[in-house]
Amino acid sequence: MGEKLDRNQLIWLSAMGLLIFFGLWTLAAWVELAPRKFLPLPWEVVERGLGLVTKPFSGQTLQGHLGASIERYLRGFVLAALIGVPLGLLMGWYRLLDHIVTPLFDSLRFIAPIAWVPFAALWFGTGIGGPTMIIFAGAFPPCLINAYRGARFVEKKYIEAAQVYGASGPRVVYEVLLPASLPSIIAGLRIGAGAGWQSLIGAELIAANTGIGLMMVRGQGALDTSIVMVGMIAVGVFGLIVDVALRGVESWVNRKQGR
Amino acid sequence: MANIVLNSVSRTFQREGKDFLALDNVSFTCHEHEFVAVVGPSGCGKTTCMRMAAGLEFPDSGSVTVGGKVVNAPGPDRAVVFQQFALFPWKTVHDNILFGLRSMGVAKAEAAERIATNLKLMNLEGYESAYPHQLSGGMQQRVAIARAYVLNPDVLLMDEPFGALDAQTRTVMQEELLRVGRANPRTVMFITHAVDEAVYLADRVVVMTRRPGAIKEIIDIKPIRDAENWQQYERIEDVMDLASFVHLRTRIWRLLREQHNPGDH
Repeated sequence: MGEKLDRNQLIWLSAMGLLIFFGLWTLAAWVELAPRKFLPLPWEVVERGLGLVTKPFSGQTLQGHLGASIERYLRGFVLAALIGVPLGLLMGWYRLLDHIVTPLFDSLRFIAPIAWVPFAALWFGTGIGGPTMIIFAGAFPPCLINAYRGARFVEKKYIEAAQVYGASGPRVVYEVLLPASLPSIIAGLRIGAGAGWQSLIGAELIAANTGIGLMMVRGQGALDTSIVMVGMIAVGVFGLIVDVALRGVESWVNRKQGR
Repeated sequence: MANIVLNSVSRTFQREGKDFLALDNVSFTCHEHEFVAVVGPSGCGKTTCMRMAAGLEFPDSGSVTVGGKVVNAPGPDRAVVFQQFALFPWKTVHDNILFGLRSMGVAKAEAAERIATNLKLMNLEGYESAYPHQLSGGMQQRVAIARAYVLNPDVLLMDEPFGALDAQTRTVMQEELLRVGRANPRTVMFITHAVDEAVYLADRVVVMTRRPGAIKEIIDIKPIRDAENWQQYERIEDVMDLASFVHLRTRIWRLLREQHNPGDH
C-alpha cells in the first residue's frame, strides 16, 4: 500500500464509496428489507428534508432546529476549549497543579457526557445552561488532555533555551509551551469538537425544546423515519464541516511552523 | 569579574539503574575574556561542564561559580549557543533574537538598535521576518549566535555550535567567530570534539578523558599563537598550515589517542 494517489483518484474513490452506500440503501429500501415506512428511499428523505426547510416541524424549520443546536454547541465547545487548553498547559508546567487536578480529572472523564443529563437539566435547566454543560462534559477532556500532553512532551531544548534566555514561568507557558504544543492542542480541539457535537445530540434526545436531537425524537414519535434520517444527515454534514475547518487550521499551523 | 570556575566537580548519572560517574573531580577556570575550548571523545562529560556553568545541571560535589557566584539557575548573563540551535521555530528571526532582551527589560529603541547591529554582524540583514525553517543550517546557527551576542553577555557558553554544519559553512563560521571575538572579547567556554577547531579558536584547550570524565591536560595556545603571529592570516587554512598549529594539533591528538582503549567503543 505504498502507492500515492493523486487528487483525482481520491475524489473518484470517495465518490465511489458514497455511490455504493446510496446504491445499497436504495436496493435495501426497494426490496423492502424493512417496511418502506421505516426504511424510506434516499430521494424520499431528500424530499422530506427540502420540505422541512420551508414547513416547520415541532415549532421550527430544519435550519431553525439546526441553528438552535449549533448555538448551544458553540457555547459549550468554546467554554471547554477556553478552560481546557489553558488548564492543560498550566498542568504541563506546574507540577503542583498537575498533582491536584489529575486524580479528579482521571476519574471524572470516564463518565459519559450523557450520564450528566439528569443533573445538567436539574442544575442548569433545559434552556441554555443544561445543554451547555453536556457539551462541555464531552468536549472538555480531549481539549485538556491534548494540551497537557503537548506541554509535557515539548522538546527539552526549547524549554532550556527559554530558561537560559531568562523567561519567567508564565512566559515559558505562553511563548514556548503554547506554540510548541499547538499541533497537539488542535488535534485535541478536533476530537473535542466531535465529542461535544455527539453529546449535544444525545442530550437533545432527552431534554430540549428545540434542536436537531429534539426534531429526531419527535420524528421517531410520529413514526416519520424520514425526519430522523434528515436529522442524522444534518448532524453528519455539520460535524464534517467543523472537522474540515479544524483540519484546515491544523495544516495552516503546521505549515507556518515548518513541520 | 566574569570568570567561570569549576572546582573539584563530580557528577554521577543513573543509567539502566546503575550509577555512572560522568565527571570525576574536574577543575578548570575560564578567566575573564578568555576563550577556553573543551575537547574530548563523546561521553567524556564536556557538555555537562558547560551545562553546569549554564545552570541547566548541577554538580553532586564540588562547585561551579561564574563571576564568583555559585550557579543555581539559568540566566541571560550566561548566554548559551546550543548544538541543535534550539531556535524557536514559531518565532521569526527578529523575535528569536529579541527573546532574551525582553527578559532583561531592555527598552524598545535600544533593543531595535542592538538587534540591527547583530543582524549586520552575523550577515543576516534582510532575514528579520523569516522563520528558522526557511533558513539554511549555517544561517540558523548565526541567528542562534546573534540571539546570544545581542545580550552582551559576560559569559558565552557554546556547545558544539558548528557540529551540525557542513565543512565549508563551519569554516566560515569559525572565521567569523574569531573576528567577532577579537573585536569584542568575552569569557567563552566552547565545547567541541574537533581538535582543529579548538586549536584555531581557543586561548587554552582543556583535554578530557572518558569514563570517568576527567581532565587529561590543559594546553596553552595563546602564547604560541601570539609568538607565531597567527593573526596575520585571515583564512583558517593558512593558520592550519603553520608548523606551530600542526604541532599543537598533533599534541592534542596524541593525548586523545592515548586514552583510547582498543576494546572500548
